[in-house]
Amino acid sequence: MLKIKNLHASVEDTKILKGLNLEVKSGEVHAIMGPNGSGKSTLASVIAGREDYDVTDGEINFQGTDLGELGPEERAREGIFLAFQYPVEIPGVSTTNFMKTAVNQIRESKGEKPLDAVAFLKLMKEKMKLVNIRQDLLSRSINDGFSGGEKKRNEIFQMAMLNPKLSILDETDSGLDIDALKIVSNGVNALKSKENATVVVTHYQRLLDYIVPDFVHVLIDGKIVKSGDKNLALELEEKGYDWIKPGN
Amino acid sequence: MSKDDKILKDFTSKEYEHGWSVDFEVDQAPNGLNEDIVRLISKKKEEPNWLLEWRLDAFETFKKMKMPNWANLKIPEIDLQSISYYSAPKKKKELKSMDEVDPELIKTFEKLGISLQEQKRLSGVAVDAVIDSVSIGTTFKDKLSELGIIFCSFSEAVKEHPDLVKKYLGTVIPSKDNYFAALNSAVFSDGSFCYIPKGVRCPMELSTYFRINASNTGQFERTLIIADESSYVSYLEGCTAPMRDENQLHAAVVEIFAASNAEVKYSTVQNWYPGDKDGKGGIYNFVTKRGICSGDNSKISWTQVETGSAITWKYPSCVLKGNNSIGEFYSVAVTNNYQQADTGTKMVHIGKNTKSKIISKGISAGNSQNSYRGQVKVMNRASNSRNFSQCDSLLLGNKCGAHTFPYIDIDNKSSMVEHEATTSKIGEDQIFYCLQRGMDEENAIALIVNGYAKDVLKQLPMEFSVEAQKLLSLTLEGSVG
Ligand SMILES: Nc1ncnc2c1ncn2[C@@H]1O[C@H](COP(=O)(O)OP(=O)(O)O)[C@@H](O)[C@H]1O
Ligand SMILES: [Mg+2]
Repeated sequence: MLKIKNLHASVEDTKILKGLNLEVKSGEVHAIMGPNGSGKSTLASVIAGREDYDVTDGEINFQGTDLGELGPEERAREGIFLAFQYPVEIPGVSTTNFMKTAVNQIRESKGEKPLDAVAFLKLMKEKMKLVNIRQDLLSRSINDGFSGGEKKRNEIFQMAMLNPKLSILDETDSGLDIDALKIVSNGVNALKSKENATVVVTHYQRLLDYIVPDFVHVLIDGKIVKSGDKNLALELEEKGYDWIKPGN
Repeated sequence: MSKDDKILKDFTSKEYEHGWSVDFEVDQAPNGLNEDIVRLISKKKEEPNWLLEWRLDAFETFKKMKMPNWANLKIPEIDLQSISYYSAPKKKKELKSMDEVDPELIKTFEKLGISLQEQKRLSGVAVDAVIDSVSIGTTFKDKLSELGIIFCSFSEAVKEHPDLVKKYLGTVIPSKDNYFAALNSAVFSDGSFCYIPKGVRCPMELSTYFRINASNTGQFERTLIIADESSYVSYLEGCTAPMRDENQLHAAVVEIFAASNAEVKYSTVQNWYPGDKDGKGGIYNFVTKRGICSGDNSKISWTQVETGSAITWKYPSCVLKGNNSIGEFYSVAVTNNYQQADTGTKMVHIGKNTKSKIISKGISAGNSQNSYRGQVKVMNRASNSRNFSQCDSLLLGNKCGAHTFPYIDIDNKSSMVEHEATTSKIGEDQIFYCLQRGMDEENAIALIVNGYAKDVLKQLPMEFSVEAQKLLSLTLEGSVG
């Protein structure tokens, strides 16, 4: 589904990703771990097509398409979803309205008719249950004054609404207490299928007790330096990152 | 038409949807401004002598005045002598029903998307349409007159209700108030008149659509709304003007009088032709709007969505004379390309316990300049009065300007004035967030801008609010990227 080859990316002439390779197949869950500043969020943004980042070398292929020429909205419509580490506030725009605009524009791009109010409400109700989110939160300005946990839950709600093929969850566990962590993980697990794939970015092992990865990768200084199964995460928890740092 | 021409044509018509004109037979005065023209207008309209005298008096005042230059606007020279001050569609006969209305006119309404028939049938809105200064079709009159509500063209009011007109005309905005008000008082052509009797709640939104049609005709509308004791009315004004190369002057006057316990809500969506992408053409819009809360516990609320005009100079104001009276001003002003807007309000607190609220949302894009100018004046005996002002500016791009000029003038120690102001840019983060969810950039900006302006938009009646949201997006089309 996703094939990243020798990816180099920089921001304002600072090299951040330095030859990264990654392959994700449908039905799989991958975890990407690594210390702060190693380039995890950058990788997520580059896959999503954020324009501040220059891809200087390598390629990202998604379902047989080279993403290089596609804008962020086209990638989203192809089924790439990014749950943001820092979800953005948009004053005056409710999550409901935000999602209605997104869902209908994606439908329109596929030549489908927009959902009418009734059908949309039905879809909302169904997905709200998944992440145990309340209507009043969805009626408020999106992320505006939300607690950390509410923001993350809202991201997963949006993921449920858009039903993506590839979901990238960037530090979705940060700021969550154990109950919220369970709710969010249950939501993610419920959305898992043979047709889609999930990339979980985190630097705590704890999340991986709930969203169990098929593969764990360690990202240090812009490169994946080690890959393994879920036991690698446990090892990292115990020993930290220093032992695998290049040069050690 | 070659393919290129067609693409170009489609593109330009997208630029300004209402840019077309219908040929009516026009009865037009020669260009120029002088006493004879003032007399001609009055005569054409078969006005009583007192009104002619009133006009002539205003004209004398006007001659002594100068164009104001304190606004943050670059106003090109306007040659008042090169404008025609009167044009009317030729009257064929008295119209009894819509069936008798000139089909060309109906076409006009349909292009505007406001077919009177539909309006009548679907929304229960009575529409008094003003085309080139003379009002043509007035609907729902019977229903309103059962309640004693008068809603008609200004000319008709002069004929049918001269006492009311004489009593109130110029009492809120005297002709000497300012240059443009004086000009309007001398040469106003037509407009709307509305009277709500004691204790009556007007059961529907009253609505006027203005429209500039003949080329080179200045528009000098005059609107007078009188809400008698304990009455209520919500009044909508929508404006669109066809595309023209020459600049056109528009100087309207709106006066509102609210007696004790009366409430008037006045909403405007202003969409006059803004000029092209290079700043050529467009309407010069110099409007004087003021309401007086004359009686105790009265309330006047202005809501405006200003997306059009090359130049906007407009300060809908409230004089809070009655004790406990309330004035409100909600505004969204959008400027793009080379548009300039200097708009805001004046709240004058005279009575005790008076309250005012100002919510202004400016949006600037392209090379435009957008200024908020507001004054809050609390007079000596206005004890315990309150004002809250929130003036926000949103910038799209780096070439536009946003400016805020708040004037606060308090003469009473027990009163309180609060002013908040913010300036922000549409964030890359916000746009990326939207794009990542599959929206394109235009939709993303429309969503963000409508969210930003929500506190104002939600003041508008439902149907108007939807239209206003579409207009905001349309105005900002192509402003980013
Ligand atoms: N927009 C940006 N401008 C400059 N530097 C950036 C920008 N985004 C990220 N960086 C830098 O790139 C590096 C990787 O950041 P990031 O991908 O956020 O790391 P992680 O998510 O692994 O903590 C950091 O050193 C960070 O400071
Ligand atoms: Mg990060």
